[in-house]
Amino acid sequence: MTSLNGAGQIALEVNNLQVTYYTDSGRVKAVDGVDLTLKAGERLGLVGESGCGKSTLALALMRMIKPPGRIEAGSAIIHTDMGSIDLLKLNEEEIRQARLSKISYIPQGAMNSLNPVMRVGKQMIDAMRSHIPRASERELTERAEQALESVELKRSVFRMYPHELSGGMKQRVCIAIGILLSPKVIIADEPTSALDVVVQRQVMETICRVQEKIHAAVILIGHDMGLMAQITNRVAVMYAGKLVEVSTVREMFTDPLHPYAQALIRSLPNLDNKGIFQGIPGLAPSLLRLPSGCVFHPRCEHAMEICKSAPPPKSVTPAGRFVSCHLYDEQGNRAHVTGHKQKPVASP
Amino acid sequence: MKIGYLVRRFLFLVFVVWTAATVLFFIPRLSRVNPIRERFAEIQRSTGYAPRDLENIIKAFETKFGLDKPLIEQYLDYMGSVLRGDLGVSLMRYPRTVVDLIGQALPWTVILLTVTTLLTFLIGTGIGALAGWPRSPSWVKGMVTPLMVLAAVPGYLLGLLLIYFIAFRAKLLPLSGAYTTGRFLGPELSIEFILDVARHAILPALSLILTSVGFWALGMRGMGVTVQGEDYVNFAEHKGLKQGRIFYWYYVRNAILPQVTALALAFGSIVSAGILVENLYGFPGIGSLLNAAILANDFFVIYGIGMITIVAVGVSMMIIDLTYPLLDPRIRYDRK
Repeated sequence: MTSLNGAGQIALEVNNLQVTYYTDSGRVKAVDGVDLTLKAGERLGLVGESGCGKSTLALALMRMIKPPGRIEAGSAIIHTDMGSIDLLKLNEEEIRQARLSKISYIPQGAMNSLNPVMRVGKQMIDAMRSHIPRASERELTERAEQALESVELKRSVFRMYPHELSGGMKQRVCIAIGILLSPKVIIADEPTSALDVVVQRQVMETICRVQEKIHAAVILIGHDMGLMAQITNRVAVMYAGKLVEVSTVREMFTDPLHPYAQALIRSLPNLDNKGIFQGIPGLAPSLLRLPSGCVFHPRCEHAMEICKSAPPPKSVTPAGRFVSCHLYDEQGNRAHVTGHKQKPVASP
Repeated sequence: MKIGYLVRRFLFLVFVVWTAATVLFFIPRLSRVNPIRERFAEIQRSTGYAPRDLENIIKAFETKFGLDKPLIEQYLDYMGSVLRGDLGVSLMRYPRTVVDLIGQALPWTVILLTVTTLLTFLIGTGIGALAGWPRSPSWVKGMVTPLMVLAAVPGYLLGLLLIYFIAFRAKLLPLSGAYTTGRFLGPELSIEFILDVARHAILPALSLILTSVGFWALGMRGMGVTVQGEDYVNFAEHKGLKQGRIFYWYYVRNAILPQVTALALAFGSIVSAGILVENLYGFPGIGSLLNAAILANDFFVIYGIGMITIVAVGVSMMIIDLTYPLLDPRIRYDRK
């Protein structure tokens, strides 16, 4: 793995995670057989179009999927010094304990994520108190103020109400809450989407710094490929509920394997190719009526006969890259290269 | 909070009370009926006694009460005496004063309506909060519907049913009145008397509570459904808080804000809220007094009760305005 300072032991191991929403118009497989491994201290970017299941994946790890959604299968194991726990097998009380202390979540809508009638400090103490009920008020106050300082806020924010803070400050408070109990895994769901670009960058740097300090693994969900390139170590690309490729950030941007990832990278504005923007033809499929075989085949420029009928294998290259595409065999070598290439199949 | 705001808020209260009192003064006067002539006609109907010099007697009384002066002069006189705390004399129960009559009736109404308003608020808001909470069992969520049906029934109609079935047929509770008049000569401070009053108050209270609990429940459920979807409730769960804590401190605490405003208004109007129900149960409160005063065209009693209602509404609105920042820190008055 490139540029992973101190990354070693595995922090989170997700296997075959499946989440289904039972809607009136049918079953929607929002997350369909996702495998993912995160090392301590690592930053993974999770990208994909709106509705591809990124947030559902995050909520499933927090065990916050509400009916009509259901986690159908899979495991999500967090490895700590005190042993391993499968988040998906915990009961209500155990998962409540695990939230924030083992795995924490930094919300998307930070503008509105703080209780408007409660002082910031009380909300932080509230969070800690529900995990360490016997701690003294002074100890918790000190810890909360330290957390505020570590996200570059003044200690006085402790006594302020959310409406007295700016958007960036509110987002920082949410980050401070997220790291209060030094979790092993932090999920940041588009944490900067409501902020302007300058503040975005500052907030992102804050997340990275505190994450390095507590040596947590971070899953950063978002659309902003530029931000991903700067911040993350690895990037996972999701399409219609499935992971299609997981590679290091360098490999992803220079040599993406999966045709969807290739199209995604090509669609980015490029200094060498000024003025030419290339979109991805077609639309993301409705999760209610997924195409047969490989879900990407109707939009894929490399689609072959087999793509229409058989789901692609999950391959891992010798370099540790994950790709799920018929162009590659189980070892991730380019297979079927001799197979007749086809024009893109028209959308159904 | 700045003193300047307090002063402005108080002047506003005075303005509201004065405006409402002015409107109140002229409305009963639109009626052409002469209350003194009516009173004598009434006496004649019931006793057969007709004074010989009726026209002169009526004139004498009109002069005595100031009813012969031009309306605008009467208005100024009345406003002046109100400022001095004098609400005048009752035309129907002369020579008793309006202050005396109201003073006798007010405690009954205040006690009955304060208790019922508080109970209604607590029960309705509680049911509404539970009904809007996604984790509540479905029978709790379904409770709002029957309560809404009850809320569509006027209190006096439900009161009739309660009187018929509980008081008349089953003889479980007294039919009417505020206490057993044969047992007690008048209000007194004893356990027996208080228990007796409570027994008499159950049915009027039930008629008022059952018919208005639905409104509170519906209002709270509406706000609750909105608040439970807010990011801060979700984030509270992400923080691993216990359900009870999220329910009270994140959900109820935010959803209840409009309910508190409504409660203040309800407290302001307790003087007039139970008029029909009080009449139905022969309860010696302000409602019964007002009913009698309207029937007798007793201007001064109508004015007196009206003034109390106006002042009560105005003052409770002022109190809620001044205390709201304690409930919702986003509202503050010290900004320029």
